[in-house]
Amino acid sequence: MNKLIISGSPHVQTDESVKKIMYGVVLSLVPAMLVSFYFFGLAAILITLTAVVSCMAFEFVIQKYLIKGPLTILDGSAIITGILLAFNVPSSLPLWMVVIGSAVAIGMGKMTFGGLGKNPFNPALVGRVFLMISFPVEMTNWPKPIAFSTQLTDVVTGPTPLAVMKEGVSQGEHVADILPEVPGYVNLLLGNMGGSIGEISALAIILGGLYMLVRKIITWQIPAAYLGSVVVFSGVFWLIDPTQYVDPLFHLITGGLMLGAIYMATDMVTSPMSHRGQLVFGIGCGVLTMVIRLFGAYPEGVSFAILIMNAFVPLINKGFKPKRFGEEVKHG
Amino acid sequence: MKTFRIGGVHPPENKIAAHKPIEVLPVPATVTIPLSQHLGVPAVPVLGKGDQVKTGQLIARGEAFISANIHSSVSGKVLKVDDMIDSSGYRKKSIVIQVEGDEWVEGIDRDSTLVKECQLNASEIVKKVHDLGIVGMGGATFPSHVKLMVPKGKKAEVLIINGVECEPYLTADHRLMLEKGEEILAGIAIQMKALHVERAIIGIEHNKPDAIKHMSELCSHYAGITVVDLEVKYPQGAEKQLIKAAINREVPSGKLPIEVGCVVHNVGTSFAVYEAVQKNKPLIERVVTVVGRSLKNPSNFLVRIGTPVDALVEAAGGMPDDTGKVISGGPMMGKALNDLGVPVTKGTSGILVFDKDESFRKPVLPCIRCSRCLNVCPMGLEPYLLAVLAEKDRIEECELERIMDCMECGSCLYVCPSGRPLLDHIRVGKSRVGKMIRERS
Repeated sequence: MNKLIISGSPHVQTDESVKKIMYGVVLSLVPAMLVSFYFFGLAAILITLTAVVSCMAFEFVIQKYLIKGPLTILDGSAIITGILLAFNVPSSLPLWMVVIGSAVAIGMGKMTFGGLGKNPFNPALVGRVFLMISFPVEMTNWPKPIAFSTQLTDVVTGPTPLAVMKEGVSQGEHVADILPEVPGYVNLLLGNMGGSIGEISALAIILGGLYMLVRKIITWQIPAAYLGSVVVFSGVFWLIDPTQYVDPLFHLITGGLMLGAIYMATDMVTSPMSHRGQLVFGIGCGVLTMVIRLFGAYPEGVSFAILIMNAFVPLINKGFKPKRFGEEVKHG
Repeated sequence: MKTFRIGGVHPPENKIAAHKPIEVLPVPATVTIPLSQHLGVPAVPVLGKGDQVKTGQLIARGEAFISANIHSSVSGKVLKVDDMIDSSGYRKKSIVIQVEGDEWVEGIDRDSTLVKECQLNASEIVKKVHDLGIVGMGGATFPSHVKLMVPKGKKAEVLIINGVECEPYLTADHRLMLEKGEEILAGIAIQMKALHVERAIIGIEHNKPDAIKHMSELCSHYAGITVVDLEVKYPQGAEKQLIKAAINREVPSGKLPIEVGCVVHNVGTSFAVYEAVQKNKPLIERVVTVVGRSLKNPSNFLVRIGTPVDALVEAAGGMPDDTGKVISGGPMMGKALNDLGVPVTKGTSGILVFDKDESFRKPVLPCIRCSRCLNVCPMGLEPYLLAVLAEKDRIEECELERIMDCMECGSCLYVCPSGRPLLDHIRVGKSRVGKMIRERS
């Protein structure tokens, strides 16, 4: 008679796993990756590869020699950090800086807190902000997409549409006069603009976001609250003075907003647990992003906004609980 | 289609035995009848070793208010009254009877003719349900007479009948509705009379269209009884979730269904009430689904209480060589058995035989805070948080986070991509909090 296995209920589990979720995210990033490879060419491919390989390598070294714990570099999370870090830097960034960014993202952003699931801040954003503060020139040197330039070999750089807008308005120009200087909305949507490697195509990012929604990797709450509050915030100012404030659609499809709202803010580990909390978190991200964009020193505020809101996640989790069953008595 | 709003999961249904008519399992050589087959105080034996008993004879009396009488399911001689292992894995006081023939107590009507009309008044009905040891047969085994006595100051408005059977694999209630629908409805009418309610709703999940159709047709002959077609979602068979799904009322935390004017009984219980009130038959047998993908003959058996589990597995084609786990109940809330000599009791709805490939837990990985456990919790709790608080023995916080609202449905552990033992920790936390609350008063 063979021995029977004893365990507590339930006796069935879904076949969903950390690995499946992580590789689902990787898969959803493919469209945005292809767009960036198309517009930025070999440089984008090299930077993405460098970031992914060095993120995995740093995680391996830290786990094996410092933590001396189990190796988890194949669970997909380091790959995501690598891709997202690459997506957040310009394609002209020297590769050695990418390696340093990866070391900070994985080391400081993730492993120092205990690895997967324990980090309070989005590791890729920690890496990006470190690079931005350390190498401000290289990090704001935006190559124009190939389609802009007749020269395919020499990289032509220029400011991002958001920077053009901010600079122009601060010089006293009217929004209507600045708009012709930046790509049209269709090009902005497709990704034909200067910017970080992976942030350029709103369309490709939305596509990936829809896939993650269907796979239930993300919920709609954070992106909707984030994008919605950006629309409301920028919309109010636009209605007040359309000569000084550009319309909400421009804000939606330029800079890192789509990438931030759909990929960086929705990072499971660093976002709130309850749906209510996720809405609050998303609104916080949106408001902070717009405050920085309109009134801050930087033209773009997505990274800072998300990192700041990351810091509030434990408080949000305490304050915004899911709706309990039997909380309010209803007679139907 | 209706359903409850917060949380829930949909595990693979695997209702393999749904097409198998109920078969009568032969009476075994000995039966072991635990004195605690119900929620509440164990019954007190009224006879001892060597005594002769008949089928249907009272052998233990439920003396407390929340307790239940227990009757012999066979005729024969009492071998011993002793502590025996039951499906919980603990030793519980039980009466072991050696079977001799099958001689029934006089007065039990074993004829299968339907007796619809009930002449008894409410208190006579409750007394009969009490005397004949009827308990909730959906799994919780709460003594039925207690539920039929509405506390002072409260009023029952709706009787809700649970034909949901949301646990995967189990088909006992499904078969009972198909084969004993008339009797169930007569039983519902009797319970409505006892409760003085005008309305009864039978909740059945959408994956049992034949039962929905059959019961709906039968309902047309009864005033006030309707069937509600429910979306397939676990744990809809849980009392509070079923009330929410059927009539959109929410039972407050820590309160009973009567708080919102409801009483919930299972279809199996309704059948048992019918047999008790109309046929004088005590609760001595029940339908048990015996099922598993390696079993040769998955079946629904009518089994005498006290029959050892291995007799059921034998009748379903014998224990497969690749058996890994045997579960009493469904895969979501059932108990893994370590001994197949344990008896079928009033609350045994199924015996599930898992092969080795199915008998595993996923490797445990760090929590990635995906919030799936929150999203599926039907009580709106935060399982990830409760598990950590319980693990760290932070009992007061567990109570504040409403750990006692947890009904242990297992949806959190089912859905966790990191395979974390959420419910295992929460169970420990619940027992600690329970102890703390008891010591407080």
